[in-house]
Amino acid sequence: MDTQALIKQQVTSNPVVLYMKGTPKFPQCGFSNLATQILKACNVDYLAIDVLADQNIREGIKAYANWPTIPQLYINGEFVGGSDIMRAMYESGELQTLLNATN
Amino acid sequence: MLSAQQLETYITQNLACDYIKVLGDDGTHFEAVIVSPEFVGKTMVKQHQLVYAALGDRMRAEIHALSMKTLTPEAWQKINNNG
Repeated sequence: MDTQALIKQQVTSNPVVLYMKGTPKFPQCGFSNLATQILKACNVDYLAIDVLADQNIREGIKAYANWPTIPQLYINGEFVGGSDIMRAMYESGELQTLLNATN
Repeated sequence: MLSAQQLETYITQNLACDYIKVLGDDGTHFEAVIVSPEFVGKTMVKQHQLVYAALGDRMRAEIHALSMKTLTPEAWQKINNNG
């Protein structure tokens, strides 16, 4: 399977997916850490994918959503945003609403 | 080393901005407030994508992290009036 197809499968077969540097327990970047903290505060289960563990995913995910940075959050297969957008949507309550709709 | 000032120039060369302020002095991590009429009617994702597009390959090569707040002129005016 090529990388774009693999990413599509990951984001469509899991309701909430976070592409990040490192793992939720050991984030390797401040922005990825912020993203995990926000999801933790929203009390949601999600699939975390460590892009540092797979160079193809690391580059492929940037093309997938036309978004050059990591972390990237996907809900129900849709690209939601990076850490700035996650923070803004968390503060407005929009993120929680979106996540509640996945349950 | 890339300066915040240079980054402002790069962005404004390709995106019409009413206001821009970029902060950051380590050459790779930056924070920006960007106000552009181009943002009107667009989602936050689309707004950020416009900024990334304005930076082009520099986003991949030179800039490790750019945290940004994008605002329409109307939203910007509201903030200033309240401030």
